[in-house]
Amino acid sequence: MSAPGRRFAIYDALPAAVGIATVIAFFAALEGLIQGGVVNRFIVPPPSEIIGSFGRVFVEEHIVSRFFFTLGECLMAGVMITVFGVAGGFLLYRYKLLQQATETWVAALAAAPVVLAYPLFMVIFGRSAWTIIMIGFVAALPPVILKTLEGLSGTRKVLVNVGKSFNLTGSQQFWKIMFPAALPTMFVGVRLGLIFALINIVGVEFLINYGGLGQLINDLAERYDLAGTYAAICFVILVSVVFFMSLEKAERWLRPVD
Amino acid sequence: MAETGRLTRTAPSAPLLSPVTLLRVAIILGVLAGWELLSRSGWLYRDVVPSWLAIGKALADLLSSGEYYFNLGVTAAEIGAALAIGGISGMAVGILLGANRFLAKAFEPYLYYLGPTPKIIFFPIMIMWFGVGPGSKIALGTLSCFFPVALSAAAGMRQIDKVLIKVGKSFRANTWQTVWKIYLPAMRHPIINGVRLGLGVALIGTLLAETKLSNKGVGFLIIQAYSVFDMPRMYAMLIVLFVLAIGANALVGRLGGLHTIRR
Repeated sequence: MSAPGRRFAIYDALPAAVGIATVIAFFAALEGLIQGGVVNRFIVPPPSEIIGSFGRVFVEEHIVSRFFFTLGECLMAGVMITVFGVAGGFLLYRYKLLQQATETWVAALAAAPVVLAYPLFMVIFGRSAWTIIMIGFVAALPPVILKTLEGLSGTRKVLVNVGKSFNLTGSQQFWKIMFPAALPTMFVGVRLGLIFALINIVGVEFLINYGGLGQLINDLAERYDLAGTYAAICFVILVSVVFFMSLEKAERWLRPVD
Repeated sequence: MAETGRLTRTAPSAPLLSPVTLLRVAIILGVLAGWELLSRSGWLYRDVVPSWLAIGKALADLLSSGEYYFNLGVTAAEIGAALAIGGISGMAVGILLGANRFLAKAFEPYLYYLGPTPKIIFFPIMIMWFGVGPGSKIALGTLSCFFPVALSAAAGMRQIDKVLIKVGKSFRANTWQTVWKIYLPAMRHPIINGVRLGLGVALIGTLLAETKLSNKGVGFLIIQAYSVFDMPRMYAMLIVLFVLAIGANALVGRLGGLHTIRR
């Protein structure tokens, strides 16, 4: 590697190393403070104890099956937001009057705290996975509709004209030109929707004490298993981060050039 | 001097009810009628979908009840405190990260990926740290609000025109003056956007925490209505809450002049 190249690599790696070192130093200091009795270990368990309880939480609390339960709910909500969101966005694009009348309502719904209606969903769907899925679906639908509309409306005029010059039918025009052109923007909506869905699904699982990872945290907290609670929270954070990173990678693959 | 005739044309008057308005009214009426039909059909359990009359009566009772305003005040105070603490700390961290590329590269990925994680899962920790009173609700709201404000402030800081900073330096502005007179006015729109997002998530975090464990606040009232199956009251509270949340969001945007941005 040339000298400037090496300088670049060091310059890129150094901040990341400082970030990681700071996090490690923070947890080491916390461990010291707890072991020294400065911080109450019955409020904040030592990081070593949290790391040690990971294995127990994995085996005894069936974390893998809980993970797949939450993942299943997310996938179900994801399929629903994709189908209904894309269809809704297409309807708004196709019928301009409907778009003018309802686009602001959809945007307002995106700002509404839908998850607070979870008791209402429990009354309608019972304390079941459907309550969780439906909240994830309703909360995540608006960004998919709005981004689909944005993607279809933003199709370049020249592409549409090329379609017209080939005498494409309405259906061909949509599937061969509009849909592929709008796909990257639509995926942004689906990505945002999936993030909203995951946040709401884990949150409602925790609140109604039902389902996968959210329920696990609630269970452990109610048993006052402090180290287990912290370990489960760390696991949920890890799952969320991996989920967001994968979605981001998929989006970059779909939209290589901005 | 001969007076020339003046060409006048009356401005075309807008129709009283445009097609868009008519469609909106039709949709609202359709939803109301569909709801009422569903309510009377007996397809769902009784009271799951109460009639509009019952919801309207509950709404009137709610808005004339002193108890509701007391609880609304409690929730508003918690959200206000969360927004103040989370907003100010988020802005400080955002300015720091936006001003220093090294720090941004070292720490911003943590903020970026922790930002969208579900914050309600931290509630058991907040209860242990701050107790079951308003402190744990404020803490959860603060945690929710911190991330969007910090990320928006950092992004806004990087967008500031370098010329403005050079002007500040040429006037020998100190750090405080640079932040107050240059950074903050130049970052107004991203910060207001961050505060808007922060307000939304602080509101959700605080209210969800109230529904989980509380003895006052609007979240507590909602879960109380659920536990005694007083559905009209629960619908009424949700309607008021949605109107307040959407209104507050729009108000922050308008006060911050977001509607004046040319896109």
